Amino acid sequence: MFDYQFFIEVLVGGLLSGVMYSLVAIGFVLIYKTSGVLNFAQGAMILFAALTFVSLLERGVPFPLALLATLAVMVVLGIAVERFVLRPLVNQPPITLFMATLGLSYVIEGAAQLLWGAQVHGLDLGISDTPFDVAGVLISQFDLFAAAVAGALVALFALFFRYTRTGLAFRAVADDQFAALAVGLRLPRVWAAVWTAAGIVAVVAGLLWGARLGVQFSLSLIVLKALPVLVLGGFDSIAGAIVGGLLIGAIEKLAEVYVGPFFGGGIEAWAAYVVALGFLLVRPSGLFGQKLVERV
Amino acid sequence: MACSSAGIKPHGYKCMSDLLLSVEALAATYNHAIRALSGVSLTVRRGEIVALLGANGAGKSTVLKAVSNLLYAQRGQITEGQIHFDGGAVTTISSADLVRRGLVPVLEGRHCFHSLTVEENLIVGAIGRDARRSEIASDLDRIYALFPGLKQRRKSLSGFTSGGEQQMTAIGRALMSRPRLLVLDEPSMGLAPLVVESIFRTLKQLNVSEGLSILVAEQNSTVALRFADRATVLENGRTVLGGSALELRQRADIKALYLGSPSESAARVSSSSNRAVA
Repeated sequence: MFDYQFFIEVLVGGLLSGVMYSLVAIGFVLIYKTSGVLNFAQGAMILFAALTFVSLLERGVPFPLALLATLAVMVVLGIAVERFVLRPLVNQPPITLFMATLGLSYVIEGAAQLLWGAQVHGLDLGISDTPFDVAGVLISQFDLFAAAVAGALVALFALFFRYTRTGLAFRAVADDQFAALAVGLRLPRVWAAVWTAAGIVAVVAGLLWGARLGVQFSLSLIVLKALPVLVLGGFDSIAGAIVGGLLIGAIEKLAEVYVGPFFGGGIEAWAAYVVALGFLLVRPSGLFGQKLVERV
Repeated sequence: MACSSAGIKPHGYKCMSDLLLSVEALAATYNHAIRALSGVSLTVRRGEIVALLGANGAGKSTVLKAVSNLLYAQRGQITEGQIHFDGGAVTTISSADLVRRGLVPVLEGRHCFHSLTVEENLIVGAIGRDARRSEIASDLDRIYALFPGLKQRRKSLSGFTSGGEQQMTAIGRALMSRPRLLVLDEPSMGLAPLVVESIFRTLKQLNVSEGLSILVAEQNSTVALRFADRATVLENGRTVLGGSALELRQRADIKALYLGSPSESAARVSSSSNRAVA
């Protein structure tokens, strides 16, 4: 007999862990949408943020102060990357920009370890990871917290893009860069704002992932987890990043539990990539990827 | 030279200040390899409408992009010559600053922000010159008065509006930047004659009532010459003709030669075939 209770538990667990993937993917989407750059360094930024935060904590800086300082550092880092790496490369082909961010990711990783050392740090945000019972389904308190934080962040961004001038300028640049240039928008400023936003996302993702996995070098590899999310959701859609993250999270867990046994288990690590590959064949632009708004 | 014809200004303007835009012996390439322009000169005086005419590929768009300092964004370079707007060398001023100084382009193919509403498109134009909130509201009313059709569509995504509405949105967006010189690239492209007529009429109205100077590139020389004061004709990336619009309109041979007017060439073909029959 099919155990619905268990199915729902796996599904909910998957969706909640998917929220964490969404967080990483959103950082990608922000930058890709406005500048067409696939920022491979997003993972390194997450590592850098988490490492900075945890190192400050360990040196006795109080929690809120450490958080503020980390945010400030990431904002400065984002603006510096825009100014010194991407601006000189404006109008270069996408592959050049991608290679630049790939190189950048190594520089940031190296800098993080040079500054703070290479040992593994534990990070305790003060939220227990004990599961609690909702109508017979066990839910992790930490996962719920992570989902709430991610939800709040997304809502904040949505409001920002909808109601502020910078947000409107951001959407204009994302829509048509040449036209944005022609109407007089200062693109470097918009890009700096976007890298700042990506830096803030990196802080949030870094703290949550760091608390879950420990703050260590491999944290930067979660970019690889974001790729199937982006393939599924579309590289240029924030809504896509969220839905894609949830789907990937759910698929991973469900596949591990229900399909895994046929392969001798351990398929969680690659099931998402198989799904992404299949998806590429059917819908290359992703679920929410830009279908041009055009009258026919 | 040009000063005498520009008329007497009450506030004792100097002769040079009548010249709002001057392009001198401009040469430009794309990718440092493809030569797009080699010797283009034209001027726009304050309060004037100047038409830039020429067939496909004559270099009209390249000239306009050079004027707005947008050429670099499409891998183009100015190799020779000079462009001055209101006394400043255009090549040393960023496109964003040119907009703030009053030189505002309307791109070929409209380039509306398709995923933004019509009104958001207009507001982006205002952001492009760092307008204040109160100014934006009054400027919006002004645009809606000029293009009443836009007011009804203001909440629609611009990508879902008609070609004419998109052209009006693009022009409205440029007007939100309070231009002194509007630089339009083929506003008639793909639009019904009646729509083209109404757009040009609105532009002329702005020109007459507010002294807005306009540089407009057009393939549709008939319409452009009717509304322009002067015109410059390009062929293969160089200036081949210039003069008053009235004068050019009366010279049908020029039209057939440089502008490929369909009625003219059709008449030629039929007359030559008649001769062959005879």
